[in-house]
Amino acid sequence: MIRTLAKSIREYKKPSLLAPIFVSGEVVLECIIPFIIANLVNEIKNGCSIKVLVQYGALLVLMAGLSLAFGALAGSACATASCGFARNLRKDMFYKIQGYSFENIDKFSVSSLVTRLTTDITNVQMAYMMIVRTAVRCPLMLVFSFVMGFIMGGKMAMIFLATIPILGIGLIIVIRKTMPVFRRVFKKYDALNSSIQENIRGMRVVKAYVREDYEKKKFNAAAENVKADFTKAERILAINNPLMQFCVYGVMVFVLSFGSYTVITSQGLALDVGQMSSLLTYSFQILMSLMMLSMVFVMITMATESAERIVEVLSEESTLQSPEHAITEIRDGSIDFNHVSFKYSKNAARMSLSNIDLHIRPGEIIGIIGGTGSSKSSLIQLIPRLYDATEGSVKVGGVDVREYDLTALRNQVAVVLQKNELFSGTIKENLRWGNKDATDTELEEACKLAQADEFIQQFPDKYDTYIEQGGSNVSGGQKQRLCIARALLKKPKILILDDSTSAVDTRTDALIRQAFRRFIPETTKIIIAQRIASVQDADRIVVMEGGSISAVGTHDELLKTSEIYREVYTSQNKAGDTDVQ
Amino acid sequence: MSNRKPRNDGGRKAVLLRLVRMLFSFYPVLLPITLICILFNAIISSVPSVFMQNIIAAVEKSWQTGDWAGVSGQILGLVGILATFYVLSLAAGFVYTQLMAVITQGVLAKMREKMFNGMQDLPIKYFDTHNHGDVMSYYTNDIDTLRQMISQSIPQLIISAVTVITVLCIMLYFSIWLTLVVLLGVVAMTLVVKKIGGSSARYFIRQQQAIGRTEGFVEEMMNGQKVVKVFCHEEETKEAFDVINDSLFSDSEKANRYANMLMPILNNIGNVLYVVVALVGGILLLSHAPNISVSGLAFNISIVVPFLNMTKQFAGNISQVSNQLNSVIMGLAGTKRIFDLIDEEPEVDNGYVTLVNAREKRDGTLEECDERTNVWAWKHPHGDGTVTYTRLAGDVRMFDVDFGYEPGKTVLHDVSLYAKPGQKVAFVGSTGAGKTTITNLINRFYDIADGKIRYDGININKIHKSDLRRSLGMVLQDTNLFTGTVMDNIRYGRLEASDEECIAAAQLAGAHDFITRLPQGYDTPLSGNGASLSQGQRQLLSIARAAVADPPVMILDEATSSIDTRTEAIVQQGMDALMTGRTVFVIAHRLSTVQNSDAIMVLDHGRIIERGTHEDLLALKGTYYQLFTGALELD
Repeated sequence: MIRTLAKSIREYKKPSLLAPIFVSGEVVLECIIPFIIANLVNEIKNGCSIKVLVQYGALLVLMAGLSLAFGALAGSACATASCGFARNLRKDMFYKIQGYSFENIDKFSVSSLVTRLTTDITNVQMAYMMIVRTAVRCPLMLVFSFVMGFIMGGKMAMIFLATIPILGIGLIIVIRKTMPVFRRVFKKYDALNSSIQENIRGMRVVKAYVREDYEKKKFNAAAENVKADFTKAERILAINNPLMQFCVYGVMVFVLSFGSYTVITSQGLALDVGQMSSLLTYSFQILMSLMMLSMVFVMITMATESAERIVEVLSEESTLQSPEHAITEIRDGSIDFNHVSFKYSKNAARMSLSNIDLHIRPGEIIGIIGGTGSSKSSLIQLIPRLYDATEGSVKVGGVDVREYDLTALRNQVAVVLQKNELFSGTIKENLRWGNKDATDTELEEACKLAQADEFIQQFPDKYDTYIEQGGSNVSGGQKQRLCIARALLKKPKILILDDSTSAVDTRTDALIRQAFRRFIPETTKIIIAQRIASVQDADRIVVMEGGSISAVGTHDELLKTSEIYREVYTSQNKAGDTDVQ
Repeated sequence: MSNRKPRNDGGRKAVLLRLVRMLFSFYPVLLPITLICILFNAIISSVPSVFMQNIIAAVEKSWQTGDWAGVSGQILGLVGILATFYVLSLAAGFVYTQLMAVITQGVLAKMREKMFNGMQDLPIKYFDTHNHGDVMSYYTNDIDTLRQMISQSIPQLIISAVTVITVLCIMLYFSIWLTLVVLLGVVAMTLVVKKIGGSSARYFIRQQQAIGRTEGFVEEMMNGQKVVKVFCHEEETKEAFDVINDSLFSDSEKANRYANMLMPILNNIGNVLYVVVALVGGILLLSHAPNISVSGLAFNISIVVPFLNMTKQFAGNISQVSNQLNSVIMGLAGTKRIFDLIDEEPEVDNGYVTLVNAREKRDGTLEECDERTNVWAWKHPHGDGTVTYTRLAGDVRMFDVDFGYEPGKTVLHDVSLYAKPGQKVAFVGSTGAGKTTITNLINRFYDIADGKIRYDGININKIHKSDLRRSLGMVLQDTNLFTGTVMDNIRYGRLEASDEECIAAAQLAGAHDFITRLPQGYDTPLSGNGASLSQGQRQLLSIARAAVADPPVMILDEATSSIDTRTEAIVQQGMDALMTGRTVFVIAHRLSTVQNSDAIMVLDHGRIIERGTHEDLLALKGTYYQLFTGALELD
């Protein structure tokens, strides 16, 4: 795990290494300064001259200056290192996700990817900062204080050895007790937050059924539950502080009483007064650094989970990649499904598509019809290689799609997905997704084909109209037409519309199809639809049922041969069904 | 929402005051105890240095004699007092840290509940006009900053402040001259904190904004990831991401750099201060300058040495305070946002007509009763003290209704319609014509601007909102299912419904078949808005949910839009059964869904342009006729 994460440090290796070095300098000075101060105090006590005082002062100011410089440099390097690391991690993850196949995305789910890219990275960044800052500081401080303690205090410093195990064991117990509780409670906390999300999204339902009080009760119970667990964990964790204080106080009392005894009985031979007071100082430092270590430890443990989630994303290999020596030239828009079977995941029990054998000529118009869950979308997603067939092969232009360069293939196979997405930006910017070099005239032409030009012209800002996130300021039908225009701009050899005109009224729908026929006759067109009217005039219509092809033929043939088709037709036309927008 | 008060210190102070008041009201006993323990702990922790100094002084005086017996009484006595103080401080420390853990989590839970409960009472308008991600961040980010502030910063601030004051008093007791030197140092430290801490806080706020931007971008791109792939737009997306990511980096780097530098700078100012005090003390000592102090003690070595220790303590605590400032500033900003949510105006409900169980008296009039009779009546108290009961029938009438979501932008004009009990009224029209808006008015998600809506002859403004909504069933296009089993989700319609009733409702809605084919049938757990179900199945479940509620009036807003027509034909029977005997408002794209309505309203730009039965409208040869024949004509 660490190795995967460490790859993202890259150009921030320097600050990551410099920071501990600076920290070391700071620590050394921090330990020496009290030593000099102790001497200074002795000098003052002995009534030294002002000259000596000034000398000491100058030395100390110099050291403080150095310590400041080291500290500031360390702090700055540390900020650069941790923020830079986080930036690289975000970048690596985002890039990695860009390379994901649909299958990879499905596996993680969008919302989980978002959390991983945001909250998890923040956690890791914090932990990294702590590591860089304290990984050197604490042990160094510990060792230094120990050594100084022994130099100054001699045998008396043995008290540290006695205290540290007590503190250490105490801290370990605390951490061990809290970690499982924390882990559990974080899961519950996630669940609590997702239930809030659910509530916000479903507010209309909540209000329509007057379930406000029910929701409140449900939430309050869950919140209390989370509270109980959190309180438990935090209470155990809160023992840390008094425990440390206890140890410090114990050492102090010991040093003060037993130390006084030693000093006096040995007449300052075994231990003198100055040594005794510096023992007090160092004992405090030792315990402080232990305390800090324990905090770092807790933090790292808490960040581990986040780190694991990040590594999962980073080490996921895209299931689809362009082959070496990939073919970049697509001959024509013919499509061949050779005994294709497909399932979404290896573990799925059921095939989503089974034994599809279908051959489509360039320029043909194919309609696909079938009930909810008949795998229409699965079928067409194999053509631009959004998924790979589990068995059999899919060929475009006579070549297996797996032999093409992915970009080249997808540039020639334009899909308007069922779940249309527009992005925040102007209409022009959105359209140029299809072809970033398209001229304004080309944009207009594509929009005219998709019957979008008319309503765009009615917007005050026309093609510069700003589209809100998710396209929330255009109607469903307008959005669909913009998405079609965007796909047309690719000038593809194959155009696939996956239920992309469902919100467009029938008249416009027909106009779009007419335009296709007239202006892009050589493009192979596949149209998935719920409405018979949308596919009625196709060259061939494929009827899907439960993941396989139930019938293929023209409208008139299917009316005679396919019972399913007839049923769909009657359900829509018995009384003359039409959709309106 | 947040522009009521500009962000300034005054606002912060008010937020802090309110937070403090709120904390006290949550824990009127525990909080004072905790505070006393913190104070006690802080005061006691600053005292031992005095004793320590006394012990060392005692040792110093007599070490050359080697006479332990002579001083042991004095030294051990002092150590004893010291130990007692330590024990007390430990006890106080233990108590307050434990209580603080309890209080922090308790406050967070209470805050969450306050926010959530308040949110349930907000009008739908709030949710329509606020980004859901933003609302969510109240519960995550803002609560986090609050936790940080309550559990760490505030206790730390109190402790440091108390220590600073105590130490200051002791210092004044010893020597005013030296105290002045220390205070000069404090001025220097304050200046540094103002400069660096200020920059740090500014960049932290910018960092928060940058994080928000990054999250927004990531969320949008992740949601559209499949489109990105289909258009091979990966490289462009990466470029756009880099720009945003780099700006986040530069802000957070600066914020953290300043924050990280603050501590070493303050610590070393503390060191320098120490040196200066030592120098000044030494000079004063050597020059035998007269001392000015509260105690009136003469200037000697036993003043300078403890004073040096106190200088260190003093400076250390000042750095502690400044170290917490960032998190306090961020915490208060978060708290303000939390208060903003809590302060949102709840949905007003001045309704006084309520829905009650009723029983028919011999004379045919209704009387109220407690048990469930399946006869419902509107209880209408009048100004003169009399009460009338009207049978719940489901008669809905609108008279000249005007409405706009924003003032000045009317989306419905002069809408009048009537739906008698048991009738099916359909709305047809393009997106934005106002179909859904009409239903939003009937259940009073929004209030009309002009005109009148009557339900069973009663002005709906007089009806208690929850009772009004209880008498209306809604099935919406965007189905929202909740985490829980399939059964739980159906029962959402009527919490006291038995399993049998829920199953019967599912059968009615045509959902029973697919439910029984699920791995655990009705006990199959659903999560993520029923992500494991198809859109059509989700719609069937939400129809079942409405069926179990069994209201006299139903609103079906594109309830079957995602069910394919063949399945719809199968469900139709159930739907018909569901609709019989109820007043139903139907909104649908598919004309086949609305054909058998008693009245069809064709809406255009917020006006009803045609109305009548299917046959009437066909005969009219108007818009409806064109819509209806559109497909045929173009074939």
